[in-house]
Amino acid sequence: MELLDLFWTFLMIGFVSFGGGYAMIPVIEMEVSQHGWMTTQEFTDVIAVAGMSPGPIATNSAIFVGYQTAGLSGAIVSAFGMVIPSLMIILIIATFFFKFNELPIVKSAFYGLRPIITGLIIYAAIRFAITNNVIGDFSFQTFSLLMICVLSFFALMKLRMHPIYVIALAGFFGVVLY
Amino acid sequence: MKTNWKYLLQIFLSFLKIGPVTFGGGYAMIPMIEREVVDKRKWVKTKDVSEIFAIAESVPGAIAINSATFIGYRLAGVRGAVVAMAGVLLPTFLIVVGLSILFLFIKDNPYVESAFVGIRAAIVALIAFAAYKIGLTAIYDKTTLVITIVTAAILYFLHLHPVIIIVGGIGLGIVVVKVKSLLGYATRLERDDK
Repeated sequence: MELLDLFWTFLMIGFVSFGGGYAMIPVIEMEVSQHGWMTTQEFTDVIAVAGMSPGPIATNSAIFVGYQTAGLSGAIVSAFGMVIPSLMIILIIATFFFKFNELPIVKSAFYGLRPIITGLIIYAAIRFAITNNVIGDFSFQTFSLLMICVLSFFALMKLRMHPIYVIALAGFFGVVLY
Repeated sequence: MKTNWKYLLQIFLSFLKIGPVTFGGGYAMIPMIEREVVDKRKWVKTKDVSEIFAIAESVPGAIAINSATFIGYRLAGVRGAVVAMAGVLLPTFLIVVGLSILFLFIKDNPYVESAFVGIRAAIVALIAFAAYKIGLTAIYDKTTLVITIVTAAILYFLHLHPVIIIVGGIGLGIVVVKVKSLLGYATRLERDDK
């Protein structure tokens, strides 16, 4: 039952989506490839399209994966899976403890959680770099992709270029080079 | 309490408008939400809105969706939370479905294929940059640096499921801070602002 599978998968991911969407990329990627819904390279394209769409990247990726796997109903159940945990937790917090984020135990938890989120995102970057030939053999393609990657990073950090322009420019170079 | 449908509709429409104009992830929606609920509607006071964003950030899920849900709850209870969430989610949902259809339609075009070869390299940079940005607030002492490196290494070499690591991280933070305080070390729980 594909729809139920999609729903449960994204419900579980929804419960652990801490620290912004990018941390969820390796989580969704692992689930998607374990279920055989997509390859890692196909999932990179999902991130590209999700990054070009307005709104949160993890929710967008879930909707995209759902749509590609099981059509419109797949997209709907995936979106619900992602947001139901947020809704439940917010209702509990809003009802019982408003100063939730100032509780010492919550602060301690985030002390451990933040570096783990960072590690997760670093892992995602390494994994995507390998599957998309940004790191690998010594060829023109690998070298030029590494250049695009380094220049994109530079544009994001030093020039503070908007991600959507970075994606568009990289796409332009892709058409010219390959 | 009688359900005020008109008020709920107003909440729904306010958050519906915020969706389609924002690119670049959930954080880009924050100033828009603030403008709508603080300046225009006067539903939330300026001093409360930053607290709402802080809580929305520490709850699982997208910060924009969480903030909308939280504000909706404060305005009209559970019904308010649901309509605010639906409002903020619906445009994004429709746009992503539209783009998915478009992508499936054009992805086999040779130009699109070559464009995506380049785009995938940029996505690696985008993710690396996200790691860099969150690393700036997450890594500020030896413990946090070690946790970051060990996490990436465990994922890379042991292929452990990330969900286990995230849940473990919550426990780890609590234990580390406790152990350090028992040993007489104080832990700065957040990076000091420079």
